[in-house]
Amino acid sequence: MKQLHELTIKEVLDGYQNHDFTCVDLVKHFLKRIEKYNPKLNIYLALNEKALEEATEIDKEIAEKGITRPLLGIPFAIKDNFLTVGIETTAGSNILSGYKPQYESTTSRRLLEAGAIILGKTNMDSFAHGSSTETSAFGPTLNPWNTKKLPGGSSGGSAAAIAAQLATAAIGSETAGSIRQPSAWCGVTGLKPSYGRASRYGIIAMASSTDQPGPIARSVEDCAIVSEIIFGQDPFDATTSPAPIEKYTENLYAPDLRGVRIGLIKEYLLPDMRADVKNLILNAAAKLRLLGATVDEVSLMDPKYAISTYTVISRSEISSNLARFDGIRFGHDRDAFCAETKRRILLGTYTLSAGYYDAFYKKAEAVRTKMIDQFNEIFRIYDAYVGAVSPGPALPLGATKNQPMFGEMEDVLVEQSAMAGLASVGLPCGFVDNLPIGLQITTNQLKEATAIKIADCYQRHTEFQLFPDLDKTL
Amino acid sequence: MKATPLIGLEVHVELETKSKMFCGCSADHFGKEPNTQTCPVCLGIPGALPVPNEKAIESCLMISLALNCRINTQSKFDRKQYFYPDLAKGYQISQYDQPFCSDGFILLDSGKRIGIERIHMEEDTGKLQHVVLDGKKVSLIDFNRSGVPLVEIVSRPEMSSSAEAKEYLKKIHEIIRAINVSSADMEKGQMRLEPTVNVCLEDKTGKHYTPLTEIKNINSFNFAASAIDFEIARQTQEFTDTGIEKTDTNKTTRGYDAVKKITFLQRTKEEAKDYRYFPEPDIPPFTIENELIEKLRNELPPLPDQVIAGLMDLGIESKYAKIICNKQNVLAVLDVIARKNDEAIPAERIDLNRLINLIVNGKIDIKGDIKGEYQKATQVGNTNVEELKTIVEKIITDNPNIVAEYKKGKTNVAGFFVGQAMKATHGTADPQTLNKIVSDLLSK
Repeated sequence: MKQLHELTIKEVLDGYQNHDFTCVDLVKHFLKRIEKYNPKLNIYLALNEKALEEATEIDKEIAEKGITRPLLGIPFAIKDNFLTVGIETTAGSNILSGYKPQYESTTSRRLLEAGAIILGKTNMDSFAHGSSTETSAFGPTLNPWNTKKLPGGSSGGSAAAIAAQLATAAIGSETAGSIRQPSAWCGVTGLKPSYGRASRYGIIAMASSTDQPGPIARSVEDCAIVSEIIFGQDPFDATTSPAPIEKYTENLYAPDLRGVRIGLIKEYLLPDMRADVKNLILNAAAKLRLLGATVDEVSLMDPKYAISTYTVISRSEISSNLARFDGIRFGHDRDAFCAETKRRILLGTYTLSAGYYDAFYKKAEAVRTKMIDQFNEIFRIYDAYVGAVSPGPALPLGATKNQPMFGEMEDVLVEQSAMAGLASVGLPCGFVDNLPIGLQITTNQLKEATAIKIADCYQRHTEFQLFPDLDKTL
Repeated sequence: MKATPLIGLEVHVELETKSKMFCGCSADHFGKEPNTQTCPVCLGIPGALPVPNEKAIESCLMISLALNCRINTQSKFDRKQYFYPDLAKGYQISQYDQPFCSDGFILLDSGKRIGIERIHMEEDTGKLQHVVLDGKKVSLIDFNRSGVPLVEIVSRPEMSSSAEAKEYLKKIHEIIRAINVSSADMEKGQMRLEPTVNVCLEDKTGKHYTPLTEIKNINSFNFAASAIDFEIARQTQEFTDTGIEKTDTNKTTRGYDAVKKITFLQRTKEEAKDYRYFPEPDIPPFTIENELIEKLRNELPPLPDQVIAGLMDLGIESKYAKIICNKQNVLAVLDVIARKNDEAIPAERIDLNRLINLIVNGKIDIKGDIKGEYQKATQVGNTNVEELKTIVEKIITDNPNIVAEYKKGKTNVAGFFVGQAMKATHGTADPQTLNKIVSDLLSK
């Protein structure tokens, strides 16, 4: 029989329904695991002191009314750049240490309204500036598969929380790779929605034109369930789409993928990519074919252009978004910014300066438009494209040292889709060196349901949904 | 040497919308307890996002239509970045290269057309208060004003005197009030003025332009006029002394000292800020549909110049028309009376100019029985002696030549004074009383 930390959302709800266990049981179980493993893995930065109290209330609600809310009593780990009332929120930076938000982010508010319990806030790269959690002011999170390795980032804490089974589901955010890359390195499933599909209200901004929140969970199914709750238009975010959200869960359990057209991006099989990693991607393509999909090799702009484009645009927006931390409010001086954040503010200030704006920002926007055009071409024929999330498996701790472009290099295969605001699921497609490798299934804007359908079908027909035995890896 | 001043004006108008530009807080901030009308958005709390106020944008478009502008179908907001403690986010949401409106104009009474380059929207900042608290000098920040909608109207440098500038400002002020988007109360800072001045000096060697000066944050038409006059004189003198002409880099920013009536240097171009504008990623760009423009055009009330023209068609003198063109209650009364006049026989008609004179001077309560009060006020003999004396005294001081003739013995010129006084009282003076007053005063 499965242990409590091994249950999916549906299994937890069934357990409550059948009175197999209570919400208090489940929360206590997770708190015990957190107490045991968190000191070593450094996943949670802050815990919700009221979690048990809330669980007691939820048990009462279940006894009185049954399960009338879709996420009733589901314990969540939330990335620390989501504002949560009463729970310290730092975005991994000392400049916000001790900061308790006055309002709730739309994502966490929707989760709470659906009955979820926030267990705590997870570690991340400082202000999401990085792909390793090594820029966090509170030290890196360790990869639960191998503690000598990085979990990826910036949502490294949330991805590791799922891999280490320290929460039933988690929330991350992605600017370019920050959900999919740590999901890949930790061997879990993450969904980055298309830009404007989910609200950014209450997420401490990194690059406003690509930031999006999304679920990181045990399965595509769990991601679909959470997405139905947290996605959708928000009157507090003018960039959210008014289009109604699709019934993602109705796209689960497709018997096959007949009629689905998938592109395999040639350029994403990088020349210097390890052969075993390349093979896993080709295997995944073969599997999709076997499931009935047509898979063709297609060509895209060299992903290297995405690096400079993304760097210019993100740094420009970062320099602006962080201007409010001027040392007057929030209690800490700007010395509390980490080196990476300072570097990004400086670069962004430079690229927006008079005389440089046209050469950098405008040019980058023009390339971005070109990328969008190319994707539109692809999506005229194909429902989705696939490729690796990351060029390789998790890198060792310390790999970011003296590598100011670390994140951009590691995210080279997801930056284009982030710049174009596409929807994408990242999920495990095999292992090399006992470390998971992630596959991205990417669709056009507002086509989350298609990505979910393909990813879910693939996941149900493969056996890579594995979790490390912490007593062995730690 | 011929000197032609080139004066442009930037006018900021605070809109009186219910809520602020990008959040739901009340925009009515004047005199409110500090920091009681704030929220995560206007405080710049991390994660908060701006949602544009459609009503404010419509008000901006209304102003633009009233100022004969072209409304740009494609528009967007940009971030203007600078540091100041009252600027919560470290940037102001404004409009840079795609303002809502371009290319309008205002017609001065002389018939001269003053071009309006652009009209755009932005948000107001908080306010600093420098006070002594517990014996310590401190600066406090009040964010009630942070995020209040502002419309900026930028003219072309086409005014050539402080009088033209003042007329331009007054017309803008009247129009803003007429279309009911703001009271534009100068004392409350709802309308703020920034003149840009330089002078074209022409001599035998050709035209020479003095370096450009921008004068910041003036809150009265008279101060603006005085600052402009000071600048024209100062720049002309400076050019005579130094011969320095305008270049791309020698624009300066000056402040105005209302007590000394002088301007003073605040910033030179070398210290000028690089605002690092870029498109506001939190707000999607706008496409303004023709239907909206037409809807707003239909909602536009008659503008002051149109109202004045209409009043003058009714036979109302232009001085009265200008006074009442913005007073909706008076216009309503006038409308009723004018219609009744059309139906009445000539003897019972009300003299509209006389009526306005009485209303403006507070002799008639417009909420009362207008016709009754008018008849009472205009009865022959109703003008009292003291009032008549004042009127006659003024005519006497204004016409020393005729008085001199009277003194020489030409006593029949007294008729001139009687006639003038009768005209001034619209024929309501008692002739006997008036004759006596005139001869008494002339004999003094």
